[in-house]
Amino acid sequence: MSVLSVQGLGKSFGGVRAVSDVSFSVAPGEMLALIGPNGAGKSTLFNMVGGQLQPDAGSVTLGGATISGLGPRAVARQGVGRTFQITATFGSMTVRENVQMAILSHRREIWRFWRPAAERFGDEADALLAQVGLEVQAERATGVLAYGDLKRLELAVALGNAPRLLLMDEPTAGMAPAERVALMQLTRRLATERGIAVLFTEHDMDVVFDVADRILVLDRGALIAEGDGPAIRANPAVRAVYLGTGSGGH
Amino acid sequence: MSSILPQLLTGLATASSLFLISAGLTIIFGVSRIVNFSHGSLMMLGAYIGWSILTRLPREPEWFALGILATALATALIGVVLEMAVLRRVYRSPELFQLLATFGVVLIIQDVTLLLWGPTELPLPRPRWLRGFVEVAGSRFPLYDLVLIAIGPLVLGLLWLALNRTRWGTLVRAATLDREMVAALGVDQRRLFTSVFALGAGLAGLGGALSLPNASANLGIDLSVIADAFVVVVVGGLGSLPGAFLASVLIGVLQAFGIVLVPKITLVLVFLVMAVVLVFRPNGLLGRPQTEAREATVAAPVVRPAPPALRLLGAAALALAVAAPFIVGGYYLTVLTDACVAILFAASLHFMMGPGGMASFGHAAWFGIGAYAAGLLLHWAGAPMPLGLLAAPVAAGIVSGLFGWFVVRLSGVYLAMLTLAFAQIAWAVSFQWVEVTGGDNGLLGVWPPDWARDPRPYYWMALALSVGVALLLRRALYAPYGYALRAARDSAPRARAIGLDVERLRIVALVIAGAACGLGGAIFAYGKGGVFPTYISIPHSVEALLMVLLGGLQTVAGPIIGALVYTGLADILVRSTDLWRLVLGAVIVVLVVAFPEGIAGAVRRLWLRGREA
Ligand SMILES: Nc1ncnc2c1ncn2[C@@H]1O[C@H](COP(=O)(O)OP(=O)(O)OP(=O)(O)O)[C@@H](O)[C@H]1O
Ligand SMILES: [Mg+2]
Repeated sequence: MSVLSVQGLGKSFGGVRAVSDVSFSVAPGEMLALIGPNGAGKSTLFNMVGGQLQPDAGSVTLGGATISGLGPRAVARQGVGRTFQITATFGSMTVRENVQMAILSHRREIWRFWRPAAERFGDEADALLAQVGLEVQAERATGVLAYGDLKRLELAVALGNAPRLLLMDEPTAGMAPAERVALMQLTRRLATERGIAVLFTEHDMDVVFDVADRILVLDRGALIAEGDGPAIRANPAVRAVYLGTGSGGH
Repeated sequence: MSSILPQLLTGLATASSLFLISAGLTIIFGVSRIVNFSHGSLMMLGAYIGWSILTRLPREPEWFALGILATALATALIGVVLEMAVLRRVYRSPELFQLLATFGVVLIIQDVTLLLWGPTELPLPRPRWLRGFVEVAGSRFPLYDLVLIAIGPLVLGLLWLALNRTRWGTLVRAATLDREMVAALGVDQRRLFTSVFALGAGLAGLGGALSLPNASANLGIDLSVIADAFVVVVVGGLGSLPGAFLASVLIGVLQAFGIVLVPKITLVLVFLVMAVVLVFRPNGLLGRPQTEAREATVAAPVVRPAPPALRLLGAAALALAVAAPFIVGGYYLTVLTDACVAILFAASLHFMMGPGGMASFGHAAWFGIGAYAAGLLLHWAGAPMPLGLLAAPVAAGIVSGLFGWFVVRLSGVYLAMLTLAFAQIAWAVSFQWVEVTGGDNGLLGVWPPDWARDPRPYYWMALALSVGVALLLRRALYAPYGYALRAARDSAPRARAIGLDVERLRIVALVIAGAACGLGGAIFAYGKGGVFPTYISIPHSVEALLMVLLGGLQTVAGPIIGALVYTGLADILVRSTDLWRLVLGAVIVVLVVAFPEGIAGAVRRLWLRGREA
């Protein structure tokens, strides 16, 4: 039984078909990589799954229930956590408070007006921060974090929602190669332990081939290949448009 | 049938004036991303300058036309000065401070105009040709209105040509789409911005001068016009010239028919139409979505509870405040009661503006609604003060919640414009609905019961309520709700992605802020023994903004300090000079340029720097 199932998803901006007729599914604990050149439509696809954008065609179901048509908030409530290509965190809060926010929201404790928020779920937040390696920075302002640490924080925040599905749009952009592998292996471990389905995009092919169970290749909005690492490496269509045999692209 | 055509023509004449003012507003916004609150003031200057020029010229039509053009030129020059002296310095500042800077200019121009032309209205003696009539479908129609009707489309056409057929126009359109691109092309941005501002100012001046034959030069033009122009621009879509034209016609015609059909609620009608448009088209009829790019770029410092030393200071100040009636009396006790009201006024605005991220330029609306709720209940139903003090926050909270429901999806600038327009309309209603509100004379005899009539117990009551509510607001800000509200401000996409209901959080913030402010209004009303339209006036809203700005947005104690400092300063200022608007306006402009984070913010930054060094 798959966690996420996407059927015939499509989206156009004006005349540009950013995503057309994409179908796939992700199983619990599975790491599914979505790769493709710049502008292939990866973020658009993520945003349709996450509810940030509404699809023109097709459907998205989560654990059998349709979530396309819902807004980002309702999608999050269904158990979808995500990170953004351009990191989005709460700049006026400390690292720990960012995570506490996610937990407070998940536990439905937002509409409380009396007890200080800082006293709630501090330990749970620290535990999540420890998992992504940010525990020593818990008291710092998010504004002073290095970019790689912001990405880690986003992961901890997404986990605060106890998600069934994790969407990670370029989770390692701006990190050193060693850091990238470490972060994605951490994600891999969490996915297995907690049975979280992970859909991620990544430009670093080493990382992709290292951690992904399965790979989808998107080009100009359409899926052109699907399979495990060796199959994708060998796929001539992928080599042509993506790995750049001949054209020298990526 | 016969009455429809003349009304339609009247509406179209109004539409032309509306278009002249909103066209400039919209072009300036397109290029500089600044909503120029002083645009109505430029139109007012146009009316006064036009009056001075036209009354000195011969009265033939060709001289009239020449005088009008000279006026437009003069206002354009004033626009150039304004752009170089103020706006140029705030292009990189946060949106709120840009709005505030242009607001300061409004105040300065008010007093300068008063100084130069005096307080009396200046009507333009109309020569015979201006009083002519034309037969239209069997009824007589003023010739001058036909001239006005023609000018709207004419200006639209000329602007279109300038924007689409000249190199300058190409640059303006490019800058509207992408500012960085134009900078990259090596164009002198400063000259481009200045020229655009001059054009907008010239159009406003033209509108002001052209309005003279039908109206007069008076000191109320600036705010009434800017409120109308905001409505037009919001309905048409900010940055869209055709949108501004379409909306001008819509609003102008609506007003003309509204006056005939439902004279008392025409203003409300206009506001309702705008609300409906915004529900279906949040970016206006022809507008494009506003990018929320700024949101991410302004990194607010981390909010932490006040250090123990500051709390101790607060407790000491509170003890002193409680003991004050034993130390001072009479006049100073009234000032202290005013300070209590000011704390509510500022703390409530800070609540929605700081943590909520929603700037309001019409905060006095909630203050006035609270005051009128209490006053009207007493006047018409004989309700006692405790009931009035309860009804005030309820009424203000409900209205601000309704208002919030319509505007909460809009971007920051739209919200700021609509708060001002709403306050101006609330003011007009209180002013015009004489049967109920007493109009300009207000509601008198709104006195507290006997036990509170003495200044001392009244002061203690005001102190208890204002400090109590301020502490409750603070409590809410450190509770999960307040954090969530701040989260929605810091990053709305992130807030939604963790399941927060951004819109609901904001509406609740507006309800809370409105209610707290309404309570302040009621306390003020009973303290002064009356309710007057000035409670809702725009200058009063500016006071709230100033208190918050003085104290800074980033700290919870800020608005309280700001309220106290402001009340003290204003008391001294008003007693020592008639030109308080001028001084205030200059102070705002200087503050915005020099301390973009407010006094408390600057002190805090210095303090933190001192500690980390
Ligand atoms: N909001 C939008 N409006 C118009 N066009 C858009 C919008 N968002 C994306 N596009 C277009 O859709 C296409 C797909 O963009 P998308 O951001 O999904 O690509 P991507 O695969 O995530 O690229 P990258 O690797 O650079 O992040 C691009 O051509 C892009 O220009
Ligand atoms: Mg992308």
